[in-house]
Amino acid sequence: MDTFLEARGLKKRFGAIEAVAGVDLVVARGEVVGFLGPNGAGKTTTMRMVTGFLEPDAGTVRVHGHDLAADPLHAKAAIGYLPEGAPVWPDMRVRDFLRFVAEIRGLCGAERDERLEEVVHLVHLKPVLGQTLETLSKGFRRRVGLAQALVHDPPVLILDEPTDGLDPNQKFEVRELIRRMGEEKAIVLSTHILEEVEAVCTRAVIVNRGRVVFDGTPAELEAKAPADVTRNRLDHVFRQLTTSEVEAA
Amino acid sequence: MRAVRILARREFAAYFATPLAAVFLVIFLFLAGLFTFEFGGLFERGQADLRPFFQFHPWLYLFLVPAIAMRLWAEERRLGTIELLMTLPVRLRDLVLGKFLAAWAFCGLALLCTTPIWATVAWLGDPDHGVIVASYLGSFLMAGAFLAIGSFVSALTKNQVIAFIVGVLVCFVFLFLGYPVFLDFLSGWAPRFLVETVASWSFLTHFQALSRGVLDLRDVLFFLSTIVVFLAMNGLVIDWKKAA
Ligand SMILES: Nc1ncnc2c1ncn2[C@@H]1O[C@H](COP(=O)(O)OP(=O)(O)OP(=O)(O)O)[C@@H](O)[C@H]1O
Ligand SMILES: [Mg+2]
Repeated sequence: MDTFLEARGLKKRFGAIEAVAGVDLVVARGEVVGFLGPNGAGKTTTMRMVTGFLEPDAGTVRVHGHDLAADPLHAKAAIGYLPEGAPVWPDMRVRDFLRFVAEIRGLCGAERDERLEEVVHLVHLKPVLGQTLETLSKGFRRRVGLAQALVHDPPVLILDEPTDGLDPNQKFEVRELIRRMGEEKAIVLSTHILEEVEAVCTRAVIVNRGRVVFDGTPAELEAKAPADVTRNRLDHVFRQLTTSEVEAA
Repeated sequence: MRAVRILARREFAAYFATPLAAVFLVIFLFLAGLFTFEFGGLFERGQADLRPFFQFHPWLYLFLVPAIAMRLWAEERRLGTIELLMTLPVRLRDLVLGKFLAAWAFCGLALLCTTPIWATVAWLGDPDHGVIVASYLGSFLMAGAFLAIGSFVSALTKNQVIAFIVGVLVCFVFLFLGYPVFLDFLSGWAPRFLVETVASWSFLTHFQALSRGVLDLRDVLFFLSTIVVFLAMNGLVIDWKKAA
């Protein structure tokens, strides 16, 4: 198995809050990992450490064979990252924004134009290319964030709530896209939609209060629900894992 | 260097994506004109030089340069785009430099827009063009030093208003150190070497030396090293916030 992403023992504390308290996240090529957990569980903080935005208090990160602390440039080059809330420069036009990301990521000339055309096609951005980012609807903005993460065709994708704010059609399309890309890449996506895990993920990792409380396939997750629960079985297990002290310990 | 160029280009273009650049240039030119012609009495002096124009630059920059610099990092933090920048495969040094160079180029553009005043003086009389060139260079370097201070202050906060006010204060200190009022007060009781040391830290002292037309390498180096020191501290602050 090619391990594309290997984060071990990640810890991060903000003052009195222990946001991440020893998280391992190991993802191989071909895996799509659903990163789940209640609000404030530490998903975003973990992703920020994996992408090099935050420095962990403890732990190591290896991306595509490069140690993030020792060789940040190569490690970062191997990651495509959609930050939480898809931040963008409001006054920039979509076309200029994507072009900037492509160039700063080392693409130029015909290759750059080809890649740009491809991501614009993949997430359906053609109609808004000339608009400034502040005038985009929430869903389109998210899609621009996704396009920005894909532009250099990275082996590792870290997507913080990629389908948040998308309409049902777009959700479907983005999930299809992620599943297709997942065959060659290692993908981590955070989400609050449990059906999404069944629909696209090969593995689910659930965190609660900064700790991993479940790591397994969606089928294994579902199997944890008692037999008498017939509807929303995943929700049931999720609640059980993230609200009971006994399970979380 | 490729990364610096791409970053600086985006940053420079961002000034012109909003009316910000136009508003700033108009205000700069208006104030420069007002000071030069109204208060400086460029024409009434009967001398063909640009001294009245340049002598107000330190005070003009005191407010205008922190206004440009305040958004450099504070804005990225507020928008969250700092997360995009910091996860790019780019050295921190290149990020700091790219932003700074774009802002400095913008100051250069503002200065360039004042050359009609030079042309007017050249047309009316026979000014010493060497002095004027040296003054422009001094003014540009001083703007860079103010900018580096402002960029550093901007990295400390995500509030642009705070970045502006603190930036003005720090810049003011660097100017005031060389102001006669302060130096006279100091020389009343402090030993001479101290007075000279303090004066040598002032932007005013070095700018005035350059604007007399004396192209002394030490004055140029003073501004350049001030820029380097503050940009290095700028990088340290960003790095430190990453671990905080
Ligand atoms: N910069 C910060 N300063 C202080 N506390 C922070 C900071 N960033 C995150 N936290 C805290 O760390 C904890 C984990 O936050 P994080 O954003 O990682 O949660 P999350 O799992 O992404 O939640 P959500 O599902 O709401 O996005 C929270 O308690 C949060 O308040
Ligand atoms: Mg989050």
